[in-house]
Amino acid sequence: MRESTLWLMHLGAGAVMLVVLGIHFGVMHTGGLIGIDRTEVLTFASVEARSGQLFYVVVYLTLLVVALYHGLYGLRSILFELSAIGSTLRRTINLLLVLAGWGFFFYGAWAILAGYLG
Amino acid sequence: MTEQAKGCQDKEMTFRIMRYDPDKDAKPYFQQYKIKLQHGMTILDALMHIKETQDPTLSYRKSCRMGICGSCAMQVNGFPRLTCQTQVTEISTDTIEVRPLANYPIIRDLVPDLGDFMARHESILPYIIREDHQEQNNPTGEYSQSPAELEEYLQFAYCIKCGSCLAACPTNATDRKFTGPQALAAAYRYAADSRDGGLAARLDTLDHPNSLFRCHYAGACSEACPKGVDPSLGIQLLKRKLFQKKILGRGQKPAGMAQTPAGIGRREGIPQAPEKTV
Ligand code: HEM
Ligand code: SF4
Ligand code: FES
Repeated sequence: MRESTLWLMHLGAGAVMLVVLGIHFGVMHTGGLIGIDRTEVLTFASVEARSGQLFYVVVYLTLLVVALYHGLYGLRSILFELSAIGSTLRRTINLLLVLAGWGFFFYGAWAILAGYLG
Repeated sequence: MTEQAKGCQDKEMTFRIMRYDPDKDAKPYFQQYKIKLQHGMTILDALMHIKETQDPTLSYRKSCRMGICGSCAMQVNGFPRLTCQTQVTEISTDTIEVRPLANYPIIRDLVPDLGDFMARHESILPYIIREDHQEQNNPTGEYSQSPAELEEYLQFAYCIKCGSCLAACPTNATDRKFTGPQALAAAYRYAADSRDGGLAARLDTLDHPNSLFRCHYAGACSEACPKGVDPSLGIQLLKRKLFQKKILGRGQKPAGMAQTPAGIGRREGIPQAPEKTV
């Protein structure tokens, strides 16, 4: 894929994260501000109840995808700026990051869906 | 002469200058020279004085001595500066360290190798690109451009290619393939020119991992530029152009020909322009 497309996706992922991370923070960490009980959201029963709702499944799957892509592309940028990076090393870094991305995605998606599907 | 300038006259200063001859030296080293300060002396004047009176082997690059050619940029006390535009009295230390511009290979002493820097500038197609080649090569008039349109890119056109911004840039310090602030700002200079139609071609030259996308807004280039160009602003505006083109599908409409003013003749006594020679 072209670098400009990868970078625009990185920005797009950041923008989507503003929404889904906003929902996550709103519910989990700043609940008191909007009248949700802070301790209540962390109980096993609440976690279980949320994981059974399609809304939260969609939010968390989206957060998983965009945060993984955004974070791993950012890490790639940092690695690519190290001076002695030749094209073979670049391809290796790309491959490792793609593999890591898919690995984390399947693990995270399994955790989210396992909660939803019971 | 002001009282302050009189006080500086004949003050003894030490210059700690980096020396390196790749044919003889394994690595660069420093050599010290003492000189008497003269009124109005620039760092470049001091280097010329040392070369003329103490050490003819000292090498540095200079040409215009008036901040126009961009050839005399060096690290003065660790900061890139045009040495012909820097008064010795502006530097507040008694010992002044002069090195070649950082982040470039050294040809000799204070002379950096700017070949790769110029190649990066060339790579972004730094000229107006249009489809009307016939008109461009054999102009019948001028392309129109309003003062407001000129303002869009004017500050970026002040670049004299001194290379100071790349010496200051932290991304360039680790990634020597980085297109760099100068070339990226130059790419914006042409992308923002209302007469240009080459945005797509120019963005294509930048579509690789060491380019536009590796600027992290450190802003060191803008602080270092001796001509008041703000390359980091140019880079962000170029990212905006990329976004507008790729996501919003906004293209370019290169300006047409300017209307020749009607009813205006040559004033008396002003001769005809000479015939074109090229
Ligand atoms: C609402 C949340 C977020 C927003 C709006 C956001 C936005 C951005 C932006 C605008 C950039 C710079 C892009 C560029 O220079 O071209 C960036 C870089 C980066 N982001 Fe995020 N980000 C967010 C969350 C995160 C998270 C959660 C992580 C970690 C998983 C992360 C990791 C990175 C990394 C590693 C970089 C690259 C750093 C660099 O290039 O200097 N970001 N982010
Ligand atoms: S942008 Fe400024 S610092 Fe960079 S090369 Fe041009 S004049 Fe020099
Ligand atoms: S000698 Fe030309 S800019 Fe300094």
